[in-house]
Amino acid sequence: MNLTDVAVPNLVPLPVLLPLLGAALTLAFRRSPRLQRGVSIAVLAAVVAVAGALVWQTDVNGPQVLWLGAWQEPLGISLVADRLSALMLLVSGIVTLLVLVFAIGQGQADSDDESESETPLTIFHPTYLVLSAGVANAFLAGDLFNLFVGFEILLFSSYVLITLGGSAARIHAGTTYVVVSLLSSALFLVAIAAAYAATGTVNLAQLAIRIGDLAPGVALVLQLSLLTAFAIKAAVFPMSAWLPDSYPTAPAPVTAVFAGLLTKVGVYAIIRTQTLLFPDSPLQGLLMWAALLTMVIGILGAVSQSGLKRILSFTLVSHIGYMIFGIALATPEGTAGAIFYVAHHITIQTALFLITGLVERLAGTTSLDRLGGLAVASPVLATLFFVSAMNLSGIPPLSGFLAKVGLLNAGIELGTPLAWLLVVGGIVTSLLTLYALTKVWSQAFWRTLADAPRSTETAAAIEAGTLDVEPSADPAGTVLVDTVRVDTVRVDTVRVDTGSRALPRTMLGATAAMTVVGLLITVVAGPLFAYTQRAATDLMSRDPYITSVLPVEVRR
Amino acid sequence: MTTLAPALIESTLQPNITLVLVTVGLVAAGTALALDRSLVRVLLGMVLIGNGIAVLYLVISGRAGRAPFVGEDPAAISDPLPQAMVLTAIVISLATIGFLLALSYRLWQISGTDDVPDDAEDARIQRLALEDQTSSTYDPSEESTTTSDELADGDRSPRR
Repeated sequence: MNLTDVAVPNLVPLPVLLPLLGAALTLAFRRSPRLQRGVSIAVLAAVVAVAGALVWQTDVNGPQVLWLGAWQEPLGISLVADRLSALMLLVSGIVTLLVLVFAIGQGQADSDDESESETPLTIFHPTYLVLSAGVANAFLAGDLFNLFVGFEILLFSSYVLITLGGSAARIHAGTTYVVVSLLSSALFLVAIAAAYAATGTVNLAQLAIRIGDLAPGVALVLQLSLLTAFAIKAAVFPMSAWLPDSYPTAPAPVTAVFAGLLTKVGVYAIIRTQTLLFPDSPLQGLLMWAALLTMVIGILGAVSQSGLKRILSFTLVSHIGYMIFGIALATPEGTAGAIFYVAHHITIQTALFLITGLVERLAGTTSLDRLGGLAVASPVLATLFFVSAMNLSGIPPLSGFLAKVGLLNAGIELGTPLAWLLVVGGIVTSLLTLYALTKVWSQAFWRTLADAPRSTETAAAIEAGTLDVEPSADPAGTVLVDTVRVDTVRVDTVRVDTGSRALPRTMLGATAAMTVVGLLITVVAGPLFAYTQRAATDLMSRDPYITSVLPVEVRR
Repeated sequence: MTTLAPALIESTLQPNITLVLVTVGLVAAGTALALDRSLVRVLLGMVLIGNGIAVLYLVISGRAGRAPFVGEDPAAISDPLPQAMVLTAIVISLATIGFLLALSYRLWQISGTDDVPDDAEDARIQRLALEDQTSSTYDPSEESTTTSDELADGDRSPRR
């Protein structure tokens, strides 16, 4: 055993440990924002480096396993990094780092002009680091209970982040979010209890061996309860209604990182348990229907919305359906497509929410009824939005197109009627995404400001009605005139504003970097697809994972 | 996390019926409370559900034995792993309850009640849908012109 053999598995806990230590340090340095920023950036950059090393190592040497505290296997808690976990770690590390830079830029800009800071730095940094530790722990967990703990760590910091500042809207949104999350955690605990009662273990590798011996009915109960718990976290229809209600109110960087990462942790958990624990799933049909409904109903929600954040939240729900589609196919190609889609979607959804944060900063609103002329106000922002929007809706040659083609190919290859239905549903969803996002483009960016309120008069009147007057009670005329006047005045001041106060360079830079990462996935699509295919083959054969966690001699 | 002696796995096959009933009662009562409007009741419901699940872990830990790690005979001691898990779960739920309490206090500060409010956006969309059903040019005092359009195209009353 040479030095590298010892060193590599010891890298595995670092993505969890480093952010936790960093959180402690940032708490200690709460009086010095500069030190806090330094620590946070250093820690997350180190996580990205470690994750990069893990991607390389797991691809070359197979899954890396570390039994914590050097307990003799199979006692104790294992952390496992295989190709899937390592890739997820790398993508989530890059995203958390860039969003942190965005948040720092926002915090600095806000403290400069002395308006109320959206991200109170003292709480923000420790919580954000704990969130990243929780995400990493969920990706690395080698047993169900540790997965639960990872979920709880990330959920708990997300409770704090989503109610940051404690304003009325955030408290309202936070209430729904916390209660729904609590419920899914309770379900997950029950599922763990059932799994333990049935098999006497919660280690994923051991479960994989023992669940095969269970009566089919018992295994089905385990599978269903785990799926339900994860589907709530991943926002799969019909458990998706909480997401568009809670995400849009949080501060921009928080929404961005939630949208990018949290639901994907749920998707990751579904991929892991479906492939490892339930390889011959009797629930393929159910998952396919769930995928179809998630895609179609999610995107119809997006089409009917008039707020940019809500539109994006609904597209987020809708595109979770693509990933479930890939998982439900239960073929190596489908799983590979799902993994690629997760990587693509994390970056692109985060980029879009960061852009939304900048739009809100520039125009003071994200309501499409009141937006207009942004392409003139900030051509850079418009370009970023256009590229990201086309990427998300799957315009060739961007990565969104490649990811969808991968999934559709896998669906066609399977060739069952339901798979074909999903293929059609996927194409329709992609087109409707394009529709929803081009609507945003033409309304918020392309049309002139003067057109903005008039093109959607009724909606604008109702929008105003939610604030002060009830529009249906008034003769339409008066309200309308009022709204139009108010809006133009407001919009004019905004325009004057943007001349003097340009978008903070750090925030714009972080957003641009995020978009570029999305484009980079297009550039490296070939190698990345090959990588996800290898990852999927490993997952489907199950053997690399089980053997590296439990060498044959320690199985009982 | 660990492997069990076969004796312990078998003992879990005969669950303690009293504990099962306690679990059922707690979770059922908790669910009923959690469906309430008031956030404090929801919170109490969550406490009950959490406690019910804690008892569930007692059920799955099988026959009660001596304290874990006392003595060498694995058949005589209780299964330590569910205890470890349930302790973790209890600590987590304690923290969550604390957070929910703070949240409901803040909600009460803001709105003077701890009732979970209707989603504002949902209400807006409902209103939009209502607006949609009656067109803005529709005037209830005017008679329908649909049939007259088709039947007597030549003479019709002036319309908007």
